[in-house]
Amino acid sequence: MAQIKSPEELEKVRQGILSGRDPSKPSISVCAGSACLASGAAEVIAAFKAEIKKQGLEADVDTKGAGCPGFCERGPVVVIYPEEICYLQVKPEDVSEIVSSTIKEKKVIDRLLYVDPSTGEKAVHEYDIPFYKKQMRLVIGDNIKIDPKSIDDYLAVGGYSALGKVIRSMTPDQVIEEVSKSNLRGRSGSGFPAGFKWESCRKSEGEPKYIICNCHEGDPGAFADRRLLEATPHTVLEGMIIGCYAIGAAEGYIFVGDEFPQTVENARLAIKQAEEYGFLGKNILGSDFDLTIKVYIDGGGYVLGESSSLMASMEGKIGEPRTKYDHATDRGLWAKPTVLNNLQTWVNVPLIINQGADSFSKIGTEESTGTRVFSLTGKVNNIGMVEVPMGMTFREIVFDIGGGIRGNKKFKALQAGGPMGGFIPENLLDLQVDYEEMKKAGLAMGPGLIVADENTCIVDMVKYYLTFLANESCGKCTPCRDGLRHMLKIMNRITEGRGQKGDLELLEILSEVQKSAALCALGQGASDPLRASLKHFRDEYEAHIEEKRCPAGVCKVLSTALNI
Amino acid sequence: MGVVTLTIDNKEVKAKEEMTVLEAAQSAGIDIPTLCHHEKLEPYTACRLCMVEVESRGRVKLDTACSSPVKENMVVRTKTEDIIKIRRTLLELMLSHAPDSRELQALVKEYGADKDRFEKEASFCIHCGLCVRYCAEVKKKSAVGFINSGVRREISFVPEIASKECWNCKECFELCPTEALQTAYLFTVAQISDSPSFELESEK
Ligand SMILES: Cc1cc2nc3c(=O)[nH]c(=O)nc-3n(C[C@H](O)[C@H](O)[C@H](O)COP(=O)(O)O)c2cc1C
Ligand code: SF4
Repeated sequence: MAQIKSPEELEKVRQGILSGRDPSKPSISVCAGSACLASGAAEVIAAFKAEIKKQGLEADVDTKGAGCPGFCERGPVVVIYPEEICYLQVKPEDVSEIVSSTIKEKKVIDRLLYVDPSTGEKAVHEYDIPFYKKQMRLVIGDNIKIDPKSIDDYLAVGGYSALGKVIRSMTPDQVIEEVSKSNLRGRSGSGFPAGFKWESCRKSEGEPKYIICNCHEGDPGAFADRRLLEATPHTVLEGMIIGCYAIGAAEGYIFVGDEFPQTVENARLAIKQAEEYGFLGKNILGSDFDLTIKVYIDGGGYVLGESSSLMASMEGKIGEPRTKYDHATDRGLWAKPTVLNNLQTWVNVPLIINQGADSFSKIGTEESTGTRVFSLTGKVNNIGMVEVPMGMTFREIVFDIGGGIRGNKKFKALQAGGPMGGFIPENLLDLQVDYEEMKKAGLAMGPGLIVADENTCIVDMVKYYLTFLANESCGKCTPCRDGLRHMLKIMNRITEGRGQKGDLELLEILSEVQKSAALCALGQGASDPLRASLKHFRDEYEAHIEEKRCPAGVCKVLSTALNI
Repeated sequence: MGVVTLTIDNKEVKAKEEMTVLEAAQSAGIDIPTLCHHEKLEPYTACRLCMVEVESRGRVKLDTACSSPVKENMVVRTKTEDIIKIRRTLLELMLSHAPDSRELQALVKEYGADKDRFEKEASFCIHCGLCVRYCAEVKKKSAVGFINSGVRREISFVPEIASKECWNCKECFELCPTEALQTAYLFTVAQISDSPSFELESEK
């Protein structure tokens, strides 16, 4: 592929790709996301390829491994086009029947369809499945149509048209204005206005300027950011390229862990393809805008997701937080103006440019616009990646999209925001996905939602988070390191039946001091789950301490706690 | 060089603009407790004892005096109720490691800290990092460093460097507010003299 030299040529290339594709031609999309691969998607793809060859249909049917559509619970997910028939939990043994009946004879195979557990109704199409129905899939909706390893697939669904539009008709200032008007806010949970950050960096005098896409996502149980990068790496790149154009940056980095090799592989391949097509490199789409983007493999460790330690580690220094008085937009990476945004913040940029800020800001609530992609896990029926408009209630997410609690158990709490987040009890489930509303409730809008049922011990769950942070904190400052140490000792005591009077008060003092005195946001937020649990589930603590009883029946005397 | 005027504990203080709040307070005879601070070293902001309340341009926040740059019209309060509570708890946490540290003892009474508030810890180290940073920043040797992270963080000498550099330096010893450093050093010496390479090294 020769480099594309102008936005007009890009449209021609796109037309070329589309004209070579017949929308009525049968095609089989198998989710090749990490979760589906773990449940056998690669074997299913191989079986389809073999079966199609066997039946002599190679010229008539396309098969592809596609990006994750989110319904990880029921993987491997297979969607047959053009009818958009959706089969779940497909095994290699099902493949020959699918090809013979569904592809050749257009017959739907009942047993592979989604069955609504409450009504018994079957859903033929993806869009009929309740899990998807209430979602608003602006960011992840095309995933199943796209092979993340194919830039042509991305172009076929309109990919890089926002970049074309920007190069053709927008100045950097206009791009920033559009992003500001859209009210796009930091999806790490910070809620910081992206347009404002970009503008500060653009105006800052230092050169060169850098941008970083934070795809660290060290929260236990969260996988939305990494799954998105894996499923739609070109959307991330397009957002970053537009951002660099607006900010005046010449280098961008994707900061990601290599625990999920698939994610890194797809990101690297996408960069290479974007370079070949002329979306990265010198004179992008014929303009005088040059840019390189690189994948930076982080060394693991939760605290590295924090801005100052992230940049320190990229500079080759010890990855621990530092007290800073300069904004990163003035002195960030290598002391140069830097914009650090969460992966999901970048992902929304092409959408905003394509739709226009006005239309984007109509989605969601007044102050929280657009959609939010969460990973939904725990004791819920439908585990997966979900995209909802801001303003949706958590009750709708858990019960309508998540399909309620597994095994007809009772709902106890929704954990939101990870180790620095909090709990939403039943009586607060009507809380909306909204930065301000969540902040008022003491919650952060992190990427992970974990459902706890009546058999979950909240004390044990909090202990788990404290243990996690006791290991993941860098250990630099006293209130975080020693605060966590002693909180954990007290929690171990409580869950082992040795809780004492005064323990809860001591936990409260420790958490208060930690919140106001810790050096970085990790320590400042480290006891948020503890605090939230003491507020909403104090009775569970009291049962452990006073009655030596774990109401959920989880805490055994010999717990496997981190002994310190 | 510019001079700024700020208020510390209701006292008007003039300070050079490149000063920190801690330096400005010290120049005015106002005492703010510190542990990990050292004039020769970069601010580290880890012990958090020097936290003060800083009001600047209408915003009030808690910050470490050792790192906070002075600003014109800044108002600093070094001993609010909240700050006393923070310092007391921090001291109590550190006393669980080093109950007989003289530096800590000196502050116990002033802040009403209870040295038995928290269960005692096996490690004496309070992680002020003075030894680690002094060796790296002043001596440029890095013979002692931190190992592990989180609650497992400890200091440790690097035997290969320590065996060559430490015997005639030991300047960090007097910086240590506890007995942790000497203990770690003796442990390293014991380790080195146990190892076969030690003999080769000393025969050279
Ligand atoms: C301990 C800690 C971990 C963090 N981890 C992440 C992370 O994994 N991903 C992320 O985008 N932001 C993380 N953040 C927030 C970042 O410091 C930073 O605010 C964010 O990347 C800015 O992006 P946004 O403005 O687009 O939300 C973390 C913060 C802390 C304190
Ligand atoms: S708050 Fe925790 S993670 Fe942050 S600097 Fe202090 S010890 Fe390190």
